[in-house]
Amino acid sequence: MSDLSVLYDAPGPRAKVRNWLYSVLFLVVFVLAAWWVLGEMADKDQLAGEKWKPFFTDSRVWTTYLFPGLLNTLKAAGLSIAIALPLGAILGIGRLSDHKWVSIPAGAVVELFRAIPVLLMMVFANQAYAEFSTLEPEVRPLYAVVTGLVLYNSAVIAEIVRAGIQSLPAGQTDAAKAIGMRKGQLMSYVLLPQAVTAMLPALVSQLVVIVKDTALGGAMLGFGELLGQIREITANYGANTIAAFTVVAVIFILLNLLLTTLAGWLESRIRRGKKTTGAVVPTAATDPAGGLD
Amino acid sequence: MFDFLDQYDVWEAFWVTIKLTLYSAIGSLIWGTLLAAMRVSPVPVMRAFGTLYINTVRNTPLTVIIVATSLGLYQTLGIELGGGTSKDINFKLAVLGLIVYHASFVCESLRSGINTVPVGQAEAARALGLNFIQVLTLIVLPQAFRSVVAPLANVLIALTKNTTVAAAIGVAEAALLMKEMVENESDVIFLVFAVFAFGFIVLTLPVGLLLGWVSKRVAVKR
Amino acid sequence: MNLRKASMAAAAALTLALTATACGGGGSGDDDGLTIGIKFDQPGLGLKTPDGKYEGFDVDVAKYIAKEMGVKEADITWKEAPSAERENLISNGDVDFIAATYSITPERKEKVDFAGPYLMAHQDLLVRKDDNSIKSEKDLNTSDLKLCSVTGSTSAQNVKKEFAPKADLQEYGGYSECLTGLENKAADALTTDDSILAGFASQKEHQGKFRLAGLNLSDEPYGVGLKKGDTKLQKQINDAITKMVKDGSWEKAAEKHFGPADYQYDKAPKITETS
Repeated sequence: MSDLSVLYDAPGPRAKVRNWLYSVLFLVVFVLAAWWVLGEMADKDQLAGEKWKPFFTDSRVWTTYLFPGLLNTLKAAGLSIAIALPLGAILGIGRLSDHKWVSIPAGAVVELFRAIPVLLMMVFANQAYAEFSTLEPEVRPLYAVVTGLVLYNSAVIAEIVRAGIQSLPAGQTDAAKAIGMRKGQLMSYVLLPQAVTAMLPALVSQLVVIVKDTALGGAMLGFGELLGQIREITANYGANTIAAFTVVAVIFILLNLLLTTLAGWLESRIRRGKKTTGAVVPTAATDPAGGLD
Repeated sequence: MFDFLDQYDVWEAFWVTIKLTLYSAIGSLIWGTLLAAMRVSPVPVMRAFGTLYINTVRNTPLTVIIVATSLGLYQTLGIELGGGTSKDINFKLAVLGLIVYHASFVCESLRSGINTVPVGQAEAARALGLNFIQVLTLIVLPQAFRSVVAPLANVLIALTKNTTVAAAIGVAEAALLMKEMVENESDVIFLVFAVFAFGFIVLTLPVGLLLGWVSKRVAVKR
Repeated sequence: MNLRKASMAAAAALTLALTATACGGGGSGDDDGLTIGIKFDQPGLGLKTPDGKYEGFDVDVAKYIAKEMGVKEADITWKEAPSAERENLISNGDVDFIAATYSITPERKEKVDFAGPYLMAHQDLLVRKDDNSIKSEKDLNTSDLKLCSVTGSTSAQNVKKEFAPKADLQEYGGYSECLTGLENKAADALTTDDSILAGFASQKEHQGKFRLAGLNLSDEPYGVGLKKGDTKLQKQINDAITKMVKDGSWEKAAEKHFGPADYQYDKAPKITETS
């Protein structure tokens, strides 16, 4: 039932009036709520120009705090996916192995790291580095965040890889076997190259999850990413926490919308593609629970 | 070997985690269903609101949402959700933040479930003269729910893990206790981590298995 | 170029671009410079300004010490010293010394040595200007009072263990969150060292909104932390602090950073940390 208008009749004159009434009511409630929020904020002096002005008139807010913070967010996310990708591929292929002594441990590792909250891994990694390594305190949170994200996302990417390989038409495997390929050749010459294309959109979607999770490091471990910059900004510009917070939230949303859109576009390209099998792993845009950590 | 646990109330922390999960799960289910109804409703404004809500919330870090409930709703707007001590208020705020975030995933799961209901069902219902609300609540949603038990189980498992983010506003749940413990008991951090990891595995594995079995039992045979 | 090649190339380029940004980071300075640990986020004490400059009372003291040791300001490398990391920074040799609201305590003296103290701070409360409900320590221990402090700080520990176990204490990751709550009446008082509170209250955005309650809840002698057993450096720093007080620079710096908040700071303390 992809055409959802089947759930209701085409509106007649009375239904049109009713729908119009509902629309107005809904909007009125919405506007009232917004008005109340803004009114309260004005009462509390949170809308005062001086709290918001720095973001528009003082370029240093951006160059000293927000951009470096965004760069740290991207750095952590980029490192995490770059490291988690090969690890995830190994785990995913391992799980598909015919040998029990490979597939069972690989499966166990994947299931284990999918069940542990990523924050616990970050907190643990942070402390472990403090105890057992000589990392400088400035870079330790970054390492801790990346470690936590790699452990968790390797397991998730392993599942994406597995789904990517299994989404290919069975004919591909049969044909490869028919011309006498061995298992290793089948994987490296036939399945993997095609699975990479099928996986791309899902991997971009996973980047959204990773970007969202980096914020944990800012809140809990003092990692200097985008969210963590709020404290630095408010120390210099007075108590404009709400203003700083709003700006940071908007940057996060725009960044992730960009990634989500990219993933959706890739997916539609691949589905329509003539040169591919059309196999694709659903992204967050089409998978209902996608994009959830 | 586990004597370091004596001075800490791990049970209490996990109990808070469980309570967070329970309340948020119920809230997300209700709010998510309402959102899904909005997204398929005949009223364009509601559809637009639903779409906007989903796109915004899904692209916002949960950490940002939870901190926003505390800084924005409580510290700025003075919403205390029934008041009490800071501890109670923070707990309620965390539940609210978790609901806001996870409802959007519940909504999308349900919408994909509505897509699996054959068109004939809704057409037959309309032919009987049922209106939109009746079509949705009596015919479509019950069938949609039966086909989305598995995705909803995934949302529930993710929700259980995401309750740890409540630590960001000082709710005394498992992750916050673990942070305190690894800082104080630095000689046994691997054991501490193992205890907490095990706790979450115990919480999530049975849910996955049980709901997997349920989803097979209630799936609509077509 | 077909899509598969294109997407592979794109993925490779993306990965490369992302890993390329991940290099960098800096080593510490050269031998004739100094690396000093300070706070980056505490107005009035140690603050990194949007221009990338550093200012505050701790910073002025550190600069004076560096000058006395014959190090030019340009040769100082400033390093952020978060509260929890101060001992590690010193024992790993990442910094030469630390001036970052570092109270001298017996527990800390087991791990590091101190010079100074150069300022005597006291734990205090920051309240709204028009709020007169808190007059003495006795008014604190009630569940109607919403206190705010920073997670894991000594001030928060003191409230819980020493003088207000009954108070409703909200802990946040940073002071600015507490200030937002204080401003909007969601919290009644923010508690930490008076020097830190004065720094926040002196910010031009906050002037006239808050005041210090003036309760002398504890003694917090701020010292300069340095490596255990480095008596030569300790003496150099102590001499520099003594000279700073004598020639009036100490008073000038204190007035400049704490003055606007009506903070009645103590006179420069006597040097106690000698070997």
